Amino acid sequence: MSLLDMMTTILHSTIVYSTPLILAALGGAFSERSGVVNIGLEGLMTIGAFVGAIAAIFIGETTASPFLAGAAPWIALLLAALVGVVFAIPHAVASVSFRADQVVSGVALNFLAIGVSVFLVKKLFDGAAQTTTIQNPFSKVGIPGLENIPYLGKALFQAYPTSFIVFGIVALTYFIFYKTPFGLRLRAVGEHPKAADTMGIRVERMRYFAVMISGALAAMGGALLPLTITNSFTHNTITGQGFIALAALIFGKWHPVGAMGAALFFGASLAIATAGQVIGLAAYIPVDFLQMVPYVFTILALAGVVGRAEAPKAIGKPYEKGVR
Amino acid sequence: MNFLDRLKGLSTLWIAFIAVLLGMLVGALMMLLSGFSPIIGYMALFDGIFGSLYDFGETVREIIPLIFTGLAVAFAFRTGLFNIGVEGQFIMGQLAAVYVGIAYDLPWYIHAPFAVLAGAMAGGLWAALPGFLKARLHVHEVITTIMLNYIALILANFLIRTYLKGPSERSLDVLPSARLIWEPLSALFDDSRIHLGIFLGLIMAVVFYLILWRTTLGFELRSVGLNPHAAEYGGIPVQRSIITSMVIAGGFAGIGGASEALGVYGYMAINAAFSGVGFNGIAVALLGANHPVGVVLAAALFGGLRYGSTNMQHEADIPTEVITIVIAVIIFFVAAHVAIQWVLDRFQKGRKGVKA
Repeated sequence: MSLLDMMTTILHSTIVYSTPLILAALGGAFSERSGVVNIGLEGLMTIGAFVGAIAAIFIGETTASPFLAGAAPWIALLLAALVGVVFAIPHAVASVSFRADQVVSGVALNFLAIGVSVFLVKKLFDGAAQTTTIQNPFSKVGIPGLENIPYLGKALFQAYPTSFIVFGIVALTYFIFYKTPFGLRLRAVGEHPKAADTMGIRVERMRYFAVMISGALAAMGGALLPLTITNSFTHNTITGQGFIALAALIFGKWHPVGAMGAALFFGASLAIATAGQVIGLAAYIPVDFLQMVPYVFTILALAGVVGRAEAPKAIGKPYEKGVR
Repeated sequence: MNFLDRLKGLSTLWIAFIAVLLGMLVGALMMLLSGFSPIIGYMALFDGIFGSLYDFGETVREIIPLIFTGLAVAFAFRTGLFNIGVEGQFIMGQLAAVYVGIAYDLPWYIHAPFAVLAGAMAGGLWAALPGFLKARLHVHEVITTIMLNYIALILANFLIRTYLKGPSERSLDVLPSARLIWEPLSALFDDSRIHLGIFLGLIMAVVFYLILWRTTLGFELRSVGLNPHAAEYGGIPVQRSIITSMVIAGGFAGIGGASEALGVYGYMAINAAFSGVGFNGIAVALLGANHPVGVVLAAALFGGLRYGSTNMQHEADIPTEVITIVIAVIIFFVAAHVAIQWVLDRFQKGRKGVKA
């Protein structure tokens, strides 16, 4: 394999690996910019992966119409988002209304997600801990014209349609955060809820919205794993991607574009780690160190070694009317 | 005494009991909705825990690591720190203990304690880093400990594969002199894998109590947990307390890792994912109200549920994950209970203010 081919492969897998991370990190951005810590991203991704896989398999097995079969991954993705919204509600209720510890609530959500999804998989597939293979996952598409560029075309412009859409969602999130009243309110609630409250913004309602949007985005991110990468769901389809997304959010300084950059960077380290085993890079750098990159860099960012990451001011603090 | 006062008067034990009951109820509902009989399910669970001496010994084996990880989370909680990094501290403890168990050849009365001590130190040091970052740079310990969990997992895999590699995807075997197995105890429970870690765990629960409530250090740590500003004003070195607390908490987790490696397996596996023992420690600490007695009881409950659940699947085809759901629901209810009590506290304070 020539060096150029290798770079092409790595760039391409970077995009594939990063897409789910970007979605989940954006989900985290909504929740955390509103002041609610979301350790539950991992669980939301798990439930999304489960729903996505089950829906795609079910539609694929029952439908005869080729149109519906083609639409299966899209329907699965939307269902995952819907279930993600519902699944995020317990986290919102506990941490916004009941003022429970947001980290504890997130941990409980992670337990609940893995418990419910694996329980149902075993129930639906006669005791097997793994779903059958998805027959209609997303297939790659090329952008006409651009995909014919040598190397670069194959690396960047032939991908799952969801990858292209995700970059659109990043732009949309940026627009919502910084150019709309909704975004301004969301950020205000996360920085200084009392001031926001004084201005007539309903703090609790904003936080409910934020956590629910975060559920939709993280679950879609999770659904992309079975629908683009693994083609099935097991108990370890989601192992740590939610926490890497959380890391990307922090490393990207809680900014949607920053989070995207960080997710791409972490995705690249995973792609190199995977490709490294194939192309013999492992002889020079142990693959393990590449796998560590997301976690080490996040700690460095928090410690201020690579640009200081500052959390939203009111993060983790429940808001109570009329308390100093 | 009106209704609110009476609610507040409920002891922690009662509230934990109610949370567990509600959790089991949700579990039963889950079983019912998916066409299983909860009665048969819970009977299989009970049978799985107490069915035979062997099963009981294995249940204790499941309980042991949860005592340590529960103590590790609870100790940090008492100082106002949320130690999500128990998973990683446990792994580092395992690694250090296994290393000492393989690399040195010593008489058992030195070897085993030395290996356990190495585990404690490794766990403590691994926890010192987030403690330091919190104390000096105000970096929140939740994020750093999560990240350090993954770093520990990957680092341990790398070190085992490079320096301690055994015949399969695991380390070499620890020398028998470092094992925490006591033949008469194993024989008593029908050759199950119960080991000396249970005594170590109970001793550590006592140590936990003695440090926090019988020493000046413990007083300082608790003060920082209750109100760091007041503690600082009172002349307590807050930064040092944070680091000390993390080191002690990590030490508990590290001993837990050592006891698991030396007691149950005699080696350390190369793992693709976490065992979950650290995250379960959070549930144990919460249900046990961060008190050593509560932690031991909660560990016994969760350990029993986890081991018994394998029999549910075996006998009644009910997936073991129903117990994960039960544990999740218990955490939610305990968390919500803290909130309710807190709200009641506020309410009462408000009324007292009016009276005065």
